Amino acid sequence: MNFDPRYSSRSFASVGTRPIRPDGVDKVTGRARYGADFNMAGQLVGRVLRSPHAHATIRKIDTSKAEKLPGVKAVITAADLPDLTDGDAAMYDILDNCMARKKALYDGHAVAAVAAVDARTATQALKLIEVDYEVLPHVTDVDEAMKHSAPVLNDSIFTEGVEEKPTKPSNVTKRSQYGHGDVREGFAQADYVVERSFKTEQTHQGYIEPHACVASVSSDGTADLWVCTQGHFVYRQHCAQLLGMEASKLRVTSSEIGGGFGGKTHVWAEPVALALSRKAGRPVKLVMTRDEVFRASGPTSATSIDVKIGARKDGTITAAEATLRYSCGPYAGMWAELGAMTAFACYKLDNVKTVGYEVLVNRPKTAAYRAPSAPMAAFAVESAVDELAKEIGMDPVEFRIRNAAQEGTRSSYGPVYGPIGIGPTLEAAKNHPHMKAPLGKNQGRGMACGFWFNFGGQTCTDLNIGMDGSVSLAVGTVDVGGSRASLSLVAAEELGIAYEQVKAVVADTSSLGYNDMTDGSRGTFSSSMATISAARNAIKVLRERAAQMWDVPVDDVVWEKGHAIAKGEKYGNLAALSLKEIAAASGKTGGPIAGHSELVADGAGVSFATHICDIEVDPETGATRVLRYTVVQDAGKAVHPTYVEGQYQGGAAQGIGWALNEEYIYAKDGRLQNAGFLDYRIPVCSDLPMIDTQILEIPNPNHPYGVRGVGETSIVPPLAAIANAVSNAAGVRMTHIPMSPPRVLAAIEAERGG
Amino acid sequence: MAGVAVSTTINGDNVEYLCQPDETLLDVLRDRLGLTGAKEGCGTGDCGACSIILDDRLVCSCLVLGAEAEGRRVETIEGMAHGDKLHPLQQKFLEHAALQCGICTPGFLIAAKDLLAKNPDPTEEEIRFGLAGNLCRCTGYDKIVRAVQDAASVMKGA
Repeated sequence: MNFDPRYSSRSFASVGTRPIRPDGVDKVTGRARYGADFNMAGQLVGRVLRSPHAHATIRKIDTSKAEKLPGVKAVITAADLPDLTDGDAAMYDILDNCMARKKALYDGHAVAAVAAVDARTATQALKLIEVDYEVLPHVTDVDEAMKHSAPVLNDSIFTEGVEEKPTKPSNVTKRSQYGHGDVREGFAQADYVVERSFKTEQTHQGYIEPHACVASVSSDGTADLWVCTQGHFVYRQHCAQLLGMEASKLRVTSSEIGGGFGGKTHVWAEPVALALSRKAGRPVKLVMTRDEVFRASGPTSATSIDVKIGARKDGTITAAEATLRYSCGPYAGMWAELGAMTAFACYKLDNVKTVGYEVLVNRPKTAAYRAPSAPMAAFAVESAVDELAKEIGMDPVEFRIRNAAQEGTRSSYGPVYGPIGIGPTLEAAKNHPHMKAPLGKNQGRGMACGFWFNFGGQTCTDLNIGMDGSVSLAVGTVDVGGSRASLSLVAAEELGIAYEQVKAVVADTSSLGYNDMTDGSRGTFSSSMATISAARNAIKVLRERAAQMWDVPVDDVVWEKGHAIAKGEKYGNLAALSLKEIAAASGKTGGPIAGHSELVADGAGVSFATHICDIEVDPETGATRVLRYTVVQDAGKAVHPTYVEGQYQGGAAQGIGWALNEEYIYAKDGRLQNAGFLDYRIPVCSDLPMIDTQILEIPNPNHPYGVRGVGETSIVPPLAAIANAVSNAAGVRMTHIPMSPPRVLAAIEAERGG
Repeated sequence: MAGVAVSTTINGDNVEYLCQPDETLLDVLRDRLGLTGAKEGCGTGDCGACSIILDDRLVCSCLVLGAEAEGRRVETIEGMAHGDKLHPLQQKFLEHAALQCGICTPGFLIAAKDLLAKNPDPTEEEIRFGLAGNLCRCTGYDKIVRAVQDAASVMKGA
C-alpha cells in the first residue's frame, strides 16, 4: 500500500461543513440501541456480589444456599475464572479486578456473581452467598499510602525505577522521571521562585449510561457479546484471554455508547457475564447499577503534587520542577507518569525535572478519564505559573506567551515539537473580547493552558461501493460523539460525492480487522486517515473500471469531483463517467468495487488549548458561580466543526464539575459515601453559562487533511483556569480541588484570620 | 408474588400488562413493553434519563411504579414524532448537534416538551432551570439550550 499520510494544502467541499449526523434520527426517537437495550431469547439476569470492606482477606465463599434457590442457573466465584494470564501481570490485575481472588481490595470489589431467571431471584440469591472475610487495615489517601506505616496492599510490590531495589514492599509501584537540563542551576539564575503544594480529589467520568452487556456462550465454544464499550476489539482480546477462548470465536458487537470518556476502555462485567453464560448455558444480561458504577468501575486518580518554578525579572522561566503522586487504586498504573510527562509540556524550558510516583490505595482501579492525569498536573503548574507572573508583575497571558513552546522546542517529556498551537491559542486568548470584559465585585478572571499528546494507533476500515453508487463505510472505531458523521464527510470528500451518499457503520469484531480503542482522541484522526486510504484504494479500482469501459490505458484516467475523466486531447469526446455509472456497470467489469485499509496511524499531532473563565465567589458562603467561559483550541482541521465545538464545550463542563464540586468521599471505614448522582454532583444545566469556543486550525503535518484529535485537551485547562479565577475573586490562592463551598470559605476565613 | 393487572394508555394506545407490585414503570416500559427509549442512568431520580409525561406531568419513570399507571396517560419518547415527521424539538436537537452520545437525549426531549407546553417562550434562565433535572455529561448543555430556544421560536410561529 503506497498511502502517503502527509498533509498537503487543499480546498474542501465536504470537510468543514456541518451536516446532520447519520445516527441522529434514531437517537432523537428512542430507537438507538445502547448497552442495556439489547435482549436475547431465554436470557438470564446477572448480578454481582461486592465486598463491603475496603481491604479484607477472603477466607471462604459458600454459594451452596444460593445455588439451591429456585430460578438460579449459575453462581460463580474466582474459581470459575481460573488464572490463564500466563505471567502477564497487567492481565492478572484485570482478572483480579473482575473477580477478587484472595483479597477484596476496595469497597465494591466483585467477589461472586449469579445468573437467575429474573432480577428479583438474582438479588435474593446474592443475599444467600456467605463470604467469610478477615478485615484488614486499609488506606485510601494517596499521601497516607506512601508512608512507611501504611498497610501494604500487595506484598509483592517493590518500587520500580529507583536506583537501589527496595528491601521492603510498599504501596509505591513505580517512580518515573522526565526532563532535561539542570534545575539546580536554573533556580540559581531565578530572581523569583514560587513553590507550592496542591491536592486534587478523585473524580468519576460520570457517563450517564452504566456498563451493560449481554453475553451468550454456546456449547460449541463460540460466543457473542453485545456491549457498550470504547473498544470492542480490545474487549474481545481481553475476554478471550481471560476465558481461554480463541479470539475469532468471540464476536463482540459494540452497541451505541452512552458516554465513556476513558471509563469504557476496561473490562469489568464482561468476563463475568461470559463466565456466567458459559456455566448456565444461556445468554446472560449484566447491567451495573449507578452505585456499582461509582464503587466498582474506574475513576481517575486522586493526587498530591508539589511544584517549584523560577523566573528572571524579565519573565523568562529558568527552571521548573514537580513531584507528582497519583493514586492507582489497588493495581499498578502509569498515571503519575502521564502527569509527569504532561506537566510542563506547554513551555519552552532549559531546565525541567518531573518525578512521578504511582501509589496503591484501597479504592477502585483507576481508569483513564479524558486526557488522563493531565488536568491535575496542569492545575498545579498553571496555578504556580499564575502566581509567578503576579510576583514578577507581568500579565499572566504575556508571561505564558513569553515562555510558550514553539516549533523546534524540545518538550519537557522528550520529543521535539513540530508545528504546534500553544502560541496561537495564547495570542487568540489575549485578543479575545472576553479578556477585556469588565468584572464586578467578588468576581475574578482566570486563564490557563493545557496539553495532550493525542494518539493514533491500529486502524482497519472497509469502504464498499454498492451497485447503485451508494457507499458503505465500515469502521472499527466506536463512535463516541459523532464520528460517523465526520468519517462520512471524509469519505465523501475523497470520493468527490455527496455526504448523503455515504453510510458509515461501526462493524463488529468478526467483520473487520483489529482496531485499537476509541481513546487518546484517536477516533476521527486515525479512522479518517484509514478512510482516506480506503477511498484512495477504491478510486484506483474505479479508474481501472472506467479505463476498461472506455478501453483506454488506466494511466490516462484521473479521478476528479466524483468522476473518472480521460485525460488528453485524443479523449476529447469521452464524457466523464460518474461513480454511479461505474458502479452500475461493475457486474460486467470485474465485480464489486471496494477499498480496504489497514494501517497504524502514526503522527497524531499534539494538541494545545487556552481557556478563560470568570467566576463569582460569595464571600459569606464560599459558593461559586461560573459567569463566562471561553475555550480556544487547535483542531488541526475541524472535520465537522459543530462536533468539534461540542468536544470543547463538553470537556470544559467536565472540568468545571471537577474543579468546583465533584469528589469521591470515603469514610474512615474505607467505604464510599457518595456513590450516586445526588451526592456526587455533576454540573446541571442551571450551573453553567454558554461555553464559547474558538477553533484554530494549525495543520498536523502527519495527516492528509491536517487533522488533530480534539476530544481530550479541553478537560486539561479548566481546573487551573477556574482555580486562578477563584483565587483572583477570593483574594487567596486555592490549592485543593474541588473548590467546594466549605473549602473556599475555609480559605477565605484563614486569609482573613491571618 | 402475584402480578398486578394494569390497563393504561401509552402514546395514545390502550395497553394492558401484568407487573409485580414493586416493579417500576421504567422496568415495565423497557422490559415488558419493549419501549427502551427511556433509559436508566441512576434508578434514583437524579439523572432524568427515564423522563416520561404522566397525565401532563413530567416524572422520572424509575420513581413511579408500573401499577400506578392504571387508568392514566403515559407519553414516552417513542410517541414524540408523528409518523416520520419529527417534533420540532427533535429536529432542532439534530440541527444544533445537541447530542453527542445521545443517552440523555430522550429524557431531555421529553423534559423540554413539557417545559414548552407550560412556558412557550422561556428565557435562557428558565430553560436552564427547567432542564436542571436532566444530566448530560457530553455537551456542557450549550447546544441543548440553543436547540430548545430555536424550537420554541419555531413552535410559536407554527
